[in-house]
Amino acid sequence: MHELSIVLSIIDIAQQQAIKEDAAVIEEIEIDIGCLSTVEMNAFDFAWQQAVKETMLEKAERKINRINGKARCSGCEVFFPLKNLYDACPKCGEHLIDIVEGKELRVRSLIVS
Amino acid sequence: MCATCGCDAEGKVTMHEPGHQHEHDHGHQHDHSHDHHRKVVDVEKDVLHQNDLLAERNRGYFDAKNILALNLVSSPGSGKTALLERTLTDLKGQLQFCVIEGDQQTTNDADRIHATGTKVVQINTGKGCHLDAHMVLHAVQGIKPAENSVLFIENVGNLVCPAMFDLGEKERVVIISVTEGDDKPLKYPDMFYSSTLCIINKTDLLPYVPFDMEKVKINAKKVNHKLEIIELSCTNGEGLDRWYDWLKSKVLVPETV
Repeated sequence: MHELSIVLSIIDIAQQQAIKEDAAVIEEIEIDIGCLSTVEMNAFDFAWQQAVKETMLEKAERKINRINGKARCSGCEVFFPLKNLYDACPKCGEHLIDIVEGKELRVRSLIVS
Repeated sequence: MCATCGCDAEGKVTMHEPGHQHEHDHGHQHDHSHDHHRKVVDVEKDVLHQNDLLAERNRGYFDAKNILALNLVSSPGSGKTALLERTLTDLKGQLQFCVIEGDQQTTNDADRIHATGTKVVQINTGKGCHLDAHMVLHAVQGIKPAENSVLFIENVGNLVCPAMFDLGEKERVVIISVTEGDDKPLKYPDMFYSSTLCIINKTDLLPYVPFDMEKVKINAKKVNHKLEIIELSCTNGEGLDRWYDWLKSKVLVPETV
């Protein structure tokens, strides 16, 4: 249940930023969550509902961008979509891969008032 | 950040050092006035930014003091503490060690390490499922590892959550045992992906369990082709020399002018 820690970190980042902007309310938050980022979305949603209570994010609309996994094969240098960490390169069948996208976990922007 | 480890809030995370008491608390207060203009704010900040900053701070401290910090991760019961007990005893006098133990409850593991004569601090995470860089920072402040020493950080037994949290370690060592399934690297790929060494423990039990050694190695390499693998048994000592050689090869000899 590390999703609760992640939600609490998001709340911290968002509130600190909103306070810096002298805002009272966060109306919207945009978050990138890569599909390979080890966040289980059901656990994340559950943690979110509980954790945002009585914070500036309580009524915020949540926009989540899921970013698909993408890898580069260091054998044949092709880029390909990666669904699981153990997927093989579709060209050479090897597992000599480097992940280039899909591990993102970041707060992109807020709308505050 | 304190919300992540609960260190200030309700004292859910506690540190125990045999023969030592350590307390700390710090609160957060935010005052602000309100001004109600709707505004888009670019944040562009990694969610684990605060943890990663503290991890880098730990890493800088370890580098400056030439401390080899290793984060040991595994599911519960794969033999992390047994491996440490054996290592601390066998290499006594050759390398200098200290240990940070992470568990939800009890000081049992710290007591076992303490019995080997090694400096140890126990972190109890309460309900927490992983150690984070903030907890390690406080533990390091308490234990003050010596220069040129090896610091073992035994994480909470959990193959999922600790994968996300950088503690500032030099290397991450994942341990599995032959009593677990040989598909474990595929079922819990993130931990194998983020580790640099995989220890396969309890090889003395191989005749009694349906564990395919070649298959587990192939599975682990599918997830992380750079992963080094060492098979060993803490019970009969088989393979321990390879682990000790690996350890010694990672200890940097301090530069002399």
